[in-house]
Amino acid sequence: MFIETNSLTKVDAPVDAAAYGRVQGNSTLGTRARKVTPEATEKRMAWVVQINAVRDSKDRAAFAELFGYFAPRVKSFLMKSGASPDLAEECTQEVMATLWNKAHMFDPAKASVSTWIFTIARNRKIDLLRKQRRPEPEDLTWGPEAEPDQADIMGLQQETEQLGAAMAKLPPEQRLLIQRAYFGELSHSEIAAETGLPLGTIKSRIRLALDRLRHAMK
Amino acid sequence: MKQIKHHLTEPLLIGYAAGTLPEAFNLVVATHITMCDSCRAALAEYEAVGGEIMLGNDPVDVAEDALAATLALIDNGSYVEPSKPARAKNSVFPGPLQEYVNGDIHSLKWRKVGGGVSQLVLQTSDDASVRLLRIPAGTAVPDHGHQGTELTLVLQGAFIDEEDRFAAGDVEVANQDLNHTPVAENGVDCICLAATDAPLRFNGFMPRLAQRFIGI
Repeated sequence: MFIETNSLTKVDAPVDAAAYGRVQGNSTLGTRARKVTPEATEKRMAWVVQINAVRDSKDRAAFAELFGYFAPRVKSFLMKSGASPDLAEECTQEVMATLWNKAHMFDPAKASVSTWIFTIARNRKIDLLRKQRRPEPEDLTWGPEAEPDQADIMGLQQETEQLGAAMAKLPPEQRLLIQRAYFGELSHSEIAAETGLPLGTIKSRIRLALDRLRHAMK
Repeated sequence: MKQIKHHLTEPLLIGYAAGTLPEAFNLVVATHITMCDSCRAALAEYEAVGGEIMLGNDPVDVAEDALAATLALIDNGSYVEPSKPARAKNSVFPGPLQEYVNGDIHSLKWRKVGGGVSQLVLQTSDDASVRLLRIPAGTAVPDHGHQGTELTLVLQGAFIDEEDRFAAGDVEVANQDLNHTPVAENGVDCICLAATDAPLRFNGFMPRLAQRFIGI
């Protein structure tokens, strides 16, 4: 299921979160690619390297770096989704423990680190806050021949960075609507209108990966 | 791969990605995605959006000893996410559905709901409900409208209603504006997975009376 990626070398400092909060009143977002700084991509590649270090050598320093950056953001997401501070704290620690335990499942050609941690937090939220069973799609068998391409890994991190940058540039009211949808503050019919999310930035790569898989399986 | 024509909507993909949907809807979404590459890719995109929203939040301080406490959780193995049970291949019921249904189409305890149609209600959280519907080939489900949202995913066969034709893998998303009379195509029985967050509203007198007894 997972793919070996030992060949990553780039390491750098964590991302400046303030970059995501900036509003620049530009609403003409579409599939147009957007420039991101090499530093921003390197930060994301550094997270990939840190997860691989946790997986390969149970590297506590790398884990502490990831923890320092992500745990406060996971906790924030959980509290915005309705968890009390105590429950959010407990849940955040379990999310980060899951990151450690499942580091071997992470595939940087299929998801960026932020996406992967978000899905772990989302799952734990359903288990702990909503106390529901959690139906999940059947996993795809990606097969052993799907060697992760360094360019794919870099490309996906880059595109996710572009998505984040594009979202930060949405008009404030549109961004707020999208956030409220993700925090569960809107009913299904309240988000029935198109949200105008700038998905073009990452669309191609994820779809490309699936196309390749289907081709390989024929 | 079969050609799927009717897909999940953006609000459903966001809801699944964010973990805000009722369990019954999550089951329909997960089952459709198991059958549909296009929506699987779309979900990955909406999950990426969720990740970026999470990064954009103002961070909230964790407990001072949070890292140490987490490492302790890891060391003593006291928190391990439960693993998924194995799933049968080549069932009419895709993986996620198998965890809710014990058996195959012929061994299930179907309950008749009138007009030859039978159903099997699945156990989920009570903010919405989900059932399997078995509609004999050529048979109509009574005309009904919706108070909330109804998702109907075809697992086998096909049905036609006022909107279009829906075949295996297709999902119809209906709201209060839609009154429809799905009719199963000739050939095989049509098996659907249908979820709703409000009771269905049947339009004829008799079906409405029946509704009180069959609980749909």
